[in-house]
Amino acid sequence: MANFSKSNAPEFSVEVYQNEYLPEGGREVNAIVTVASTGGGTTGGMPLPAADPGRARFGTGDPDAGVVIMVDCSGSMDYPPTKMRNARDATGAAIETVRDGVAFAVVAGTHVAREVYPGGGRLAVADATTRTEAKEALRKLSAGGGTAIGTWLRLADKLLGSADVAIRHGILLTDGRNEHESPEDLRAALDACAGRFTCDARGVGTDWEVKEVTGIASALLGTADIVADPAGLAGDFTQMMEAAMGKEVADVALRLWTPQGSAIKFVKQVAPTVEELTERRTEAGPRAGDYPTGSWGDESRDYHVCVEVPAAAVGQEMLAARVSLILPQPDGSAQTLSQGLIRAVWTDDMVASTRINAQVAHYTGQAELAHVIQEGLEDRKAGDMDGATAKLGRAVQLASASGNEDTAKLLSKVVDVVDAASGTVRLKPKVTEADEMTLETRSTKTVRVKK
Amino acid sequence: MANTPPVSQLSACPSCEEPLEAGDLFCGACGADLAAPAPAPAAAAGSAAAAEPAAGPNGAGPAPAAPPAGAGDAAPAAPAAGPVAGPDSRSPEAQRTGSYRIAGPGDGPQAAGDTGEYLLDAPEEDPEHYRLAEPVAPQGADPRAALGTAAPDAPDTRAAEPAAGPVPSGRRCIACRTGAIDTDGYCERCGHAQPRERDHMERETDGVAAVSDRGLRHHRNEDFFAIAGAALPNGAPATVAVVCDGVSSASRPDEASAAASSAAGTSLQAGLGRGLHPQQAMHEALLAAAGAVNELAAQHSPLSHQNAPACTIVSAVIAGGILTVGWVGDSRAYWVPEDRAAPSARLTEDDSWAAQMVAAGLMNEADAYADERAHAITGWLGADAHELDPHTASFKPDGPGVVIVCTDGLWNYAEAAAELAAAVPPDAAARPLHAAQVLVGHALDGGGHDNVTVAVLPFPGPAGGAGPS
Repeated sequence: MANFSKSNAPEFSVEVYQNEYLPEGGREVNAIVTVASTGGGTTGGMPLPAADPGRARFGTGDPDAGVVIMVDCSGSMDYPPTKMRNARDATGAAIETVRDGVAFAVVAGTHVAREVYPGGGRLAVADATTRTEAKEALRKLSAGGGTAIGTWLRLADKLLGSADVAIRHGILLTDGRNEHESPEDLRAALDACAGRFTCDARGVGTDWEVKEVTGIASALLGTADIVADPAGLAGDFTQMMEAAMGKEVADVALRLWTPQGSAIKFVKQVAPTVEELTERRTEAGPRAGDYPTGSWGDESRDYHVCVEVPAAAVGQEMLAARVSLILPQPDGSAQTLSQGLIRAVWTDDMVASTRINAQVAHYTGQAELAHVIQEGLEDRKAGDMDGATAKLGRAVQLASASGNEDTAKLLSKVVDVVDAASGTVRLKPKVTEADEMTLETRSTKTVRVKK
Repeated sequence: MANTPPVSQLSACPSCEEPLEAGDLFCGACGADLAAPAPAPAAAAGSAAAAEPAAGPNGAGPAPAAPPAGAGDAAPAAPAAGPVAGPDSRSPEAQRTGSYRIAGPGDGPQAAGDTGEYLLDAPEEDPEHYRLAEPVAPQGADPRAALGTAAPDAPDTRAAEPAAGPVPSGRRCIACRTGAIDTDGYCERCGHAQPRERDHMERETDGVAAVSDRGLRHHRNEDFFAIAGAALPNGAPATVAVVCDGVSSASRPDEASAAASSAAGTSLQAGLGRGLHPQQAMHEALLAAAGAVNELAAQHSPLSHQNAPACTIVSAVIAGGILTVGWVGDSRAYWVPEDRAAPSARLTEDDSWAAQMVAAGLMNEADAYADERAHAITGWLGADAHELDPHTASFKPDGPGVVIVCTDGLWNYAEAAAELAAAVPPDAAARPLHAAQVLVGHALDGGGHDNVTVAVLPFPGPAGGAGPS
């Protein structure tokens, strides 16, 4: 039975995994911070796949969300023609998944952005009628023109800004490079939109630039992926929309307080994907800074926090950082959802101080995995086959040791694995573009520590 | 019983020091089960249930059935060759080497009530120096005692007061002296952990005193102690001290030492009150302590058995002119006679690698204790202790003196009995708390590499008057 009296706001928990013991003179404290949110009226526990139809369609709470779907309608979408048709079908399927009451709109993107539905610079409120109308409007979509993704994002931002909704989300589909505006224009558009809405980005086919798509998702705190075969679009869009519908709290930030004399060396999201956050700090009072995490549904994410503390004498203990999850309030204050402590204890016990926390070790490996894959593929493109072999070999080794099977599988399409344990590989002479782009796009996906 | 053991009223979480509210079952900060270590004494209060040998982990029968073989050699020389009765006069339950039956205890005034003093005073100026610089006055409080709340076993309501209210707003960090203290006990400016109540504990009751200190190299105090007065069935007073040292490599050693010392102290009071021979009461107390530590392991997942909480224990009882000690592990008891011309003595035999090497004649004492394995203990209380072998011994000193009950945090700096005796102030029997403070100071001056806990019991006990008959 659904518990209607229970608040629909998710409950957040923060757990810190670290080895707090430092040797004499030790200054670097590493910790993995696991943040989990469990929503109201759900089973709680581990993150639910957002594919629960009852929940996605008939959610009990008042939907307080807006979604804009941005579909690439550039000329290249007609080659092959199935691409445009699949994009239309996928958008239709995504619209089917929009919950009643959620505000939505569809934007056609070329070298300019055009409202397809509902038009008039506003969002429609989802119900049976508007969903049918929107799907009707999709028939009019046709391919022709260039690609200037920055304009699409700016229009989506304007539309989402017109509605009074808490959760603002975009879904962006592109099949080609952002050729009709400068990278600076796109950068400026991303900067303007960051923090205003979250956005998932998908590349369809293989003619798009991985860095552009992952860059958009990264800046707008969404997911990035490849849909090499346009036939897979409908399923992917449905899933993305369901995940978006599962979001219940927006604009959550990770606040790190560090004591006088301490400094944050880096902050990274490390699960479900690796995402560098260090540079995204905004100051929040004395010795505290906020790092954006976007919107949350029922899910769990891990962060790797590395703090440099002033060295202290053996036997001393200090708080290296206080980690809190905060929700900004309309009046400018911040509500603390949950918090955890990162500690430092100096000891002369070598056994204690040299132990590496399993979580920290695991995610250090996962971050290196993402890094060596990207570097290895770069080397390969640049013709440095030795470098590529060494780096992708290391990637195979890391993926195998950590049990990251999905990444291992993707790697095996690019290299022949001789011995996974030692990281001995040979580059495959022929690699399809789709396999290479899939590996690059998904290189940041991580797995959790094996139980 | 004249003395009802204090019912523990935890004012702060034993594992994280988070202040608690009345009725809390679990710590709101760390989730620790508050029923764990503290209720042991409460549950056993006024009843001997917890002291039944059956509670022991190895299911050993009652004490008399299990005299340790060869204990005669193991028991160190009696502090005084003085007037001990022949072995034939021993009672059946005391037929263990080293135990001597003596004349009935002298009658004395009623046992004093529990007057656990808790010292809450202003912090010292220098945060880095917790030395007992002015040990002259018993009130020479340590800054860390002042900052904490009541010791978990302190029944004194005065001591509990600071825990009741919120953290005083005027409190400043001991390290940077500017930051305020947050609710987690860290400085809001420099992040330094603030002293916790267990960092330094002092207590004096019924003429017995004990001091425990975190030391200078460990970040928390994993030692614990219990001291108490007890009354024999005939109304004669007795004094009890228990000192436990948590095994650092085990999980939750601080909880283990707290549970063990509380359980042993309560069991001893109950046992003596029922008229058990002190050595029998001591045996039961050690088993009760072992049971309390084992329970800690049971409270958590079976996995925690791999690294179950563990601690050492040493205890001394002075009742009716007899001095009884009991121990498991490498915490010790020493006899220091008031007449310093008389020889002092170590009363316990460590369950440690070094002691075993010496006992087996494989190494001499100097070499054995210089070895890096010297402190590896071969006996302890805890669920992963395969065979519990509690040792007890009784002595009848022929003159007044003090018994020093301590953890290795002290005897590392005064190993030989003579060395230790040299560190004991001459007026130790008259001012036991001062003596305990001085001895803790001795360990801190030596480097304070470990937690250090010292209990001082004057002999004869409070009722004994000028000396033994």
